[in-house]
Amino acid sequence: MTTAQANTAEALGLQQRSSSPRARLLTLPAVVLLLLWSVLPLIVTLWFSFRRYNLMNPGHTGFDGLGNYRYLFSDPGLGMAVWNTVLLLGSVLVITIGVGTLIALLLDQEFYGRGFARVLMLAPFFVMPTVSALLWKNMMMHPDNGFLAFLMRSVGLKPIDWFAVAPLTSIIIIVSWEWLPFAVLTLLTAIQSLDAERKEAARMDGAGPIAMFRYIIWPHLGRAVAATTMIETIFILGIFAEIYVTSSGGPGFASTNLSFLIYRYVLMEYDIGGAAVAGLLAIVLANVLAFFLLRSFARNLDT
Amino acid sequence: MTPILRKLLLTVLGWIVALVIAFPVIWMVLTSFKSETEAISRVPHLFAHLSLTNYVAVQERAKYLHFAWNSVIVSFGSTLLALLLAIPAAYAMAFLPTPRTRGTLLWMLSTKMMPSVGVLVPVYLLFRDAGLLDTRVGLVLVDALGILPVVVWMLYTFFKEVPREVLEAGRMDGAGPLREVYNLLLPLSMPGIVSTSLLAVILTWNEAFWSLTLTTSKAAPLTAFIASFSSPEGLFYAKLSAASTMAIAPILVLGWAGQRQLVRGLTFGAVK
Amino acid sequence: MATVDLQQLRKTYNSVEIIKGIDLTVRDQELTVFVGPSGCGKSTLLRMIAGLEEITSGELLIDGQRVNEVPAAKRGLALVFQSYALYPHMTVAENMSFSLKLAGVSKAEREAKVMEAARILHLEPLLDRKPKELSGGQRQRVAIGRAIVRHPRLFLFDEPLSNLDAALRVRMRQELTKLHRELKATMIYVTHDQVEAMTMADRIVVLQAGVVEQVGTPMELYQHPKNLFVAGFIGSPRMNFLTAIVVSVSDARVALELTDGTVIHASLPASAVSVGHTITLGIRPEHIRLSATGSIGAQVQLVERLGSESYVYVQANSGEVLTVRVSGEVNVAPEEKVRLAPDSDFLHLFDAIGQRIS
Repeated sequence: MTTAQANTAEALGLQQRSSSPRARLLTLPAVVLLLLWSVLPLIVTLWFSFRRYNLMNPGHTGFDGLGNYRYLFSDPGLGMAVWNTVLLLGSVLVITIGVGTLIALLLDQEFYGRGFARVLMLAPFFVMPTVSALLWKNMMMHPDNGFLAFLMRSVGLKPIDWFAVAPLTSIIIIVSWEWLPFAVLTLLTAIQSLDAERKEAARMDGAGPIAMFRYIIWPHLGRAVAATTMIETIFILGIFAEIYVTSSGGPGFASTNLSFLIYRYVLMEYDIGGAAVAGLLAIVLANVLAFFLLRSFARNLDT
Repeated sequence: MTPILRKLLLTVLGWIVALVIAFPVIWMVLTSFKSETEAISRVPHLFAHLSLTNYVAVQERAKYLHFAWNSVIVSFGSTLLALLLAIPAAYAMAFLPTPRTRGTLLWMLSTKMMPSVGVLVPVYLLFRDAGLLDTRVGLVLVDALGILPVVVWMLYTFFKEVPREVLEAGRMDGAGPLREVYNLLLPLSMPGIVSTSLLAVILTWNEAFWSLTLTTSKAAPLTAFIASFSSPEGLFYAKLSAASTMAIAPILVLGWAGQRQLVRGLTFGAVK
Repeated sequence: MATVDLQQLRKTYNSVEIIKGIDLTVRDQELTVFVGPSGCGKSTLLRMIAGLEEITSGELLIDGQRVNEVPAAKRGLALVFQSYALYPHMTVAENMSFSLKLAGVSKAEREAKVMEAARILHLEPLLDRKPKELSGGQRQRVAIGRAIVRHPRLFLFDEPLSNLDAALRVRMRQELTKLHRELKATMIYVTHDQVEAMTMADRIVVLQAGVVEQVGTPMELYQHPKNLFVAGFIGSPRMNFLTAIVVSVSDARVALELTDGTVIHASLPASAVSVGHTITLGIRPEHIRLSATGSIGAQVQLVERLGSESYVYVQANSGEVLTVRVSGEVNVAPEEKVRLAPDSDFLHLFDAIGQRIS
């Protein structure tokens, strides 16, 4: 490093103070607790994954080699669960960011009562998952009493029994509804932070609305999209309550994701060993995603 | 198109979109004031005979207040605990950075990416053996750890905006580390701390996974209380709506009040 | 009220040495200015004295006591920051009394001291305002007020005037000098502006790349710069430099030949140089006259007229561009051929590695 770089580092407050014991002492409680919280259970999970352990049959424990792994990988539910987890995440991301961008562009325009419309749109984000799941299941998607059924009957169609016909799609709709406001709010804030002079300069250069979006607004949204993707991924990978309350993962495994699969093992079959293997799989999947997402997010923070 | 016409069209469009998105919530609130028969009528009445009877019934039959109180204790308790752990950590990361700081921050966030179910087994067994199942203390602990990475990140982002020199001026004026944090850093980053707390309260209030798996009744918060309505015998739409409305109302109000700060907080300053 | 001793002080960031072993004594009641180009380490050195940067090695003594490990809060020094670093959530009065409050000074005494400082700095009408309601100059005063209420044994200033406009900077310069005289305090003042250094300092420390180039009073530095760096850094407009070869040495007189063959004589003890050496000849703009009999031929490129005086930028026949200060009445125009007469009593000679030859 040259002197000039060292000076920049100094100006940015990036001094090396690794020797400072105070810094370490202050971060210690949080780091240690999180370490215990993330690493210790991981080790225990790893240990259980090699053991025969069913809560209904607590006397019958012992080393089981790869038995749990063989059992899990022969479980037809596993493949479904992994696929459902990925599909759920991918669909929700595409829907919320795609639709969210359109709505954010709309909210960026002047119209009467814009502030109140924005507040109204935010509502789903603050609704707890169990409530939104019940609300959609019973009052929106119910084949007899649901509002959607009423709408379909009104135009002469046969109502859909959502959770019987398309359980995963139904859950994707619910989760997208929950996360749409967050995407809208983030993208809107980013759009509004765009320098007005840059838009004016583009207009002077002859950019129409589409060119404006394509060359000026969308590139500016990069950071916001990265941040939204990361935050949504964090929460959606572990989606649980929405499934628990609506479809209980069914019919069959049609709407079971990894989270719910593990829950099934633990609290429905009391199979700790099997749950441990599924848990490990969930962690591996999360870490693969985390690796790519965090890397691009960290890069985004730098620029 | 004249500007006025354009604005009118945008107004209509904007309001339709907003109403469609908010419709389920609005519908639920309306239903909560109807009678059970009206609530399941195949042809919905928009405004039937509205009354408060459902609210009274929910409290009488299901002890709404008991669960609401659990929610308050758990969300505020875990937010407070997370802040206590996160403030010193975020302070050190923002003002005494080491080459490892960035890595530590990203690692913290990565623990949040690990789905809770991954650690459900050990945590469940640990809680069972420690007698923490269905206790508020246990849930406070778990929820605090769950939001800790987000809280550290948010505080870190807000602390970074406090000019370093102001804290140094305090040190020159004779302020020790505690004074520096208490008299200077905290007052200066108060808006950030408020929005961090707000988000932490919202996230823990709505946290469902641990509430559903680690509590049954004694310590169950509103998320678990509402879930119990999904059983067939509990299916009374109007009462369910009343209970749900009461469960989300406090957070809805809090969230609307702090919507601006939430964006910056939740995206860790990437979006301002 | 304090002396500061630096002994082989060093600072390393990420294995790059920023401060490379500095020995220095700051004398009691003097205003010492650390001056140097940006990145020379002057601010880092000040912050090390303040206790805001760790000292990698060496000794820092204040009043003879080693304070390397004493935290900033306990050194009893005051620092005025470049950005002022006022507490934005406190009023002017609270800003100034914060240190006293921390020290447990009684409320009545605090008020008295704040009032006194406010009087000196003309801040009385502003005491209840918040920093954001003040102008740049007023904030600057508050920052100074915050320092003086404590009667610290040592005042440190880190480029305190660089955020002010030119006129205000000149006024604050004078006020700070006056304040220094009134308080009889020891002060260390960091700046990159050599004019501030010349006008305010009792003693100047010129720093470059983490080492001390020269320490001395302003006039010592101006008249006897120890090397090319100091010669070029101190003085405005800068000193002119010409490359020359020693062609003959006689008793106390040396003949120097410029690259175009012009020969100039300088007084110098013969032992200092020998024939054939390449040296650098330094002449300040005020020590060159335009004269028909001058030894150096040149052509005028540009004339800057300040009224009372003018700066004439010329290209010598040897190729170097020189600055000549002349009286405002002198009439020259670009393109004009002129002859320059350097004053041989004020020639500065530097050897091949840039050290002064005397």
